[in-house]
Amino acid sequence: MSTNTSSGAGVEPRSADSGDNLVQILTPDGEFREHPHYPFAITAEEARGLYRDMALVRRFDTEAVALQRHGELGLWASLLGQEAAQVGSARAARPNDMIFPSYREHGVAWCRDVPTAELLAMFRGVTNGGWDPRDYGFHLYTVVIGTQCLHATGYAMGIQRDGAVGEDGSAVIAYFGDGASSQGDTNEAFVYAAVNNAPVVFFCQNNQWAISEPFERQSRVPLYQRASGFGFPGVRIDGNDVFASLAVTRQTLNDVRVGQGPALIEAFTYRMGAHTTTDDPTRYRVAEELEEWKGRDPISRLRKYLTRTGGADESFFDAVETEAEALGERVRTECRTLPDPQPSDMFRDVYAEPHPVLERQRDEFVEYLASFDGEEASHS
Amino acid sequence: MTTTLNLGKAINAGLRRSMDDDPKVLLMGEDVGKLGGVFRVTDGLYKDFGPDRVIDTPLAESGIIGTAIGLALRGYRPVCEIQFDGFFFPSANQTFTQLAKMRMRSNGALKLPVVIRIPFGGGIGAVEHHSESPETYFAHTAGLRVVSCSTPEDAYWMIQQAVASDDPVAFFEPKQQYWDKADVDTEAALSSAAPMGSARVVREGTDATVVAYGAMVKTCLRAAAADDERSLEVVDLRSLAPIDYETVYASVRRTGRLIVVHEAPMSHGLGAEIAARVTEQCFYHLESPVIRVTGFDTPYPPNRLEDHYRPDLDRVLDGVDRAFAF
Repeated sequence: MSTNTSSGAGVEPRSADSGDNLVQILTPDGEFREHPHYPFAITAEEARGLYRDMALVRRFDTEAVALQRHGELGLWASLLGQEAAQVGSARAARPNDMIFPSYREHGVAWCRDVPTAELLAMFRGVTNGGWDPRDYGFHLYTVVIGTQCLHATGYAMGIQRDGAVGEDGSAVIAYFGDGASSQGDTNEAFVYAAVNNAPVVFFCQNNQWAISEPFERQSRVPLYQRASGFGFPGVRIDGNDVFASLAVTRQTLNDVRVGQGPALIEAFTYRMGAHTTTDDPTRYRVAEELEEWKGRDPISRLRKYLTRTGGADESFFDAVETEAEALGERVRTECRTLPDPQPSDMFRDVYAEPHPVLERQRDEFVEYLASFDGEEASHS
Repeated sequence: MTTTLNLGKAINAGLRRSMDDDPKVLLMGEDVGKLGGVFRVTDGLYKDFGPDRVIDTPLAESGIIGTAIGLALRGYRPVCEIQFDGFFFPSANQTFTQLAKMRMRSNGALKLPVVIRIPFGGGIGAVEHHSESPETYFAHTAGLRVVSCSTPEDAYWMIQQAVASDDPVAFFEPKQQYWDKADVDTEAALSSAAPMGSARVVREGTDATVVAYGAMVKTCLRAAAADDERSLEVVDLRSLAPIDYETVYASVRRTGRLIVVHEAPMSHGLGAEIAARVTEQCFYHLESPVIRVTGFDTPYPPNRLEDHYRPDLDRVLDGVDRAFAF
């Protein structure tokens, strides 16, 4: 652990070493390894499903970055490299579970069947949110870091009051990043969840970078170890291993669901792209680091596994590639055809009940806009 | 049945009725359980409704509002107690960036029926951070409703209306008035009470309008009674967002003069907002500029000075004099 807090002039590549106690089931070489605490079995069909999810999500993400470059999106937060952490954990959740994401959880959204157009709409600027969380068991994206951890905890306290804890009950997953682990709200969520024994899994994707700040600027201890200080279990998984992500999240959700209280999963992964499309990671990290993590790519390791075990042949991978092409095309079209909101829409849904001051402001604005009607015609 | 209640007990009775009527109503905050709150406003509710509905929270204000949001998303109606005005600030992020905006972000699919109860204002000789008036922050934030009671009867009904509202409501309780007593008809129907968003003319007059809310209503009524030269109309704003401007305009059109009184600092405050609107809408009815009598643009002072900081009878009357000097 470095205690040097000065900003060094030279940027050193940071090791991808996760330290000890990393739960890994699928190695970077595509080998399956039994884990003593997380027994896991998967059919070839299920493994192919995970591959398809990750490949399509990556394609969607790649397409969204391109759309931003073409000026079609105002911003995009790429999930490149985090597909296994997201798809594995999301596929562990049941339909009656509730998920509270941050803003990079496109893979989780995909698994919860949130339409890609809904995700694009927010980044295109036609809505500040968009979907009805109840339709998907997937809450709105949260841009203010860490706030959603408290929402998730409160929601879990509601599950308790509904008597919905148990084998058939509901649980909650809160997604957040290593940067959010520094926020007061995240730590308050840990306190509230612990003292209430709330059925919530805190799923931290430690992607090593909070914009330009490396993990060392967030914590002196591995994040999963923090859980013990709050009084609940924490585990670190290989976040680029979709099997570990699925196995550990499924088992943790089951523990949480039956009333054992909250738990923390730290998915040790890597943000291979920029923080968002406004960011330039070459200013703060070096190419060798990225190269090292490319060797741990979550999709290629599952492909190696499927090939090695005969779970899939080239025709399957070709079919997924074809499907990805079609998805890319669809995403481009739906992005460009998202209708702009009407000016008066900004006055909608601010309040559930009548608000005379706002209504008057809306009416005056609509009247003002209407005063331009026919103006173009008269000038022509 | 009419009962004599002080303002604190009236809120207690209103909360009890809301909890009886709707099992989804929860109370949460620091010390709201066995202690009954530091002002005893939730006294006895823990005993009768239990720890699942009267939740003693960890000592973390952001956590109170943040988990209340989650509970509301699950279908509950949390009523959060912030122990004192100056302790609200740690929860400001959850209130302003999350609670206020979530309905619009869901295109109206979600509702956030969260009430934030805040004892506010000075006059009880408290220490730093225990006497502030942060209501303008709330009123400036779209998506929130802001109300303040000034009588036991209003307190009894408005807290129930706030709980029943599908919008988030900041409910400001004038702590200096917790012990003020009056008769409350506790058995009338909720629908018969004055709407939560309405202002009320609490004293009729012909020469000038004095607008106030919370503990300042009492001060303004005393000033009006003391002024034997001029007939002052006193309007209790009750709702600070939205403001019932029609009642204010109607009063100003009758009297031709307006004095706005609040404890919060003057600059950028509710008085400025009301003055601007009234100037715009009642310009030809005004005999003089709108006058503000307020706290100063300083942090709330040590309590040995609070009688100078808070508008009192003399400062209100001085404001009235200034309105008539034109």
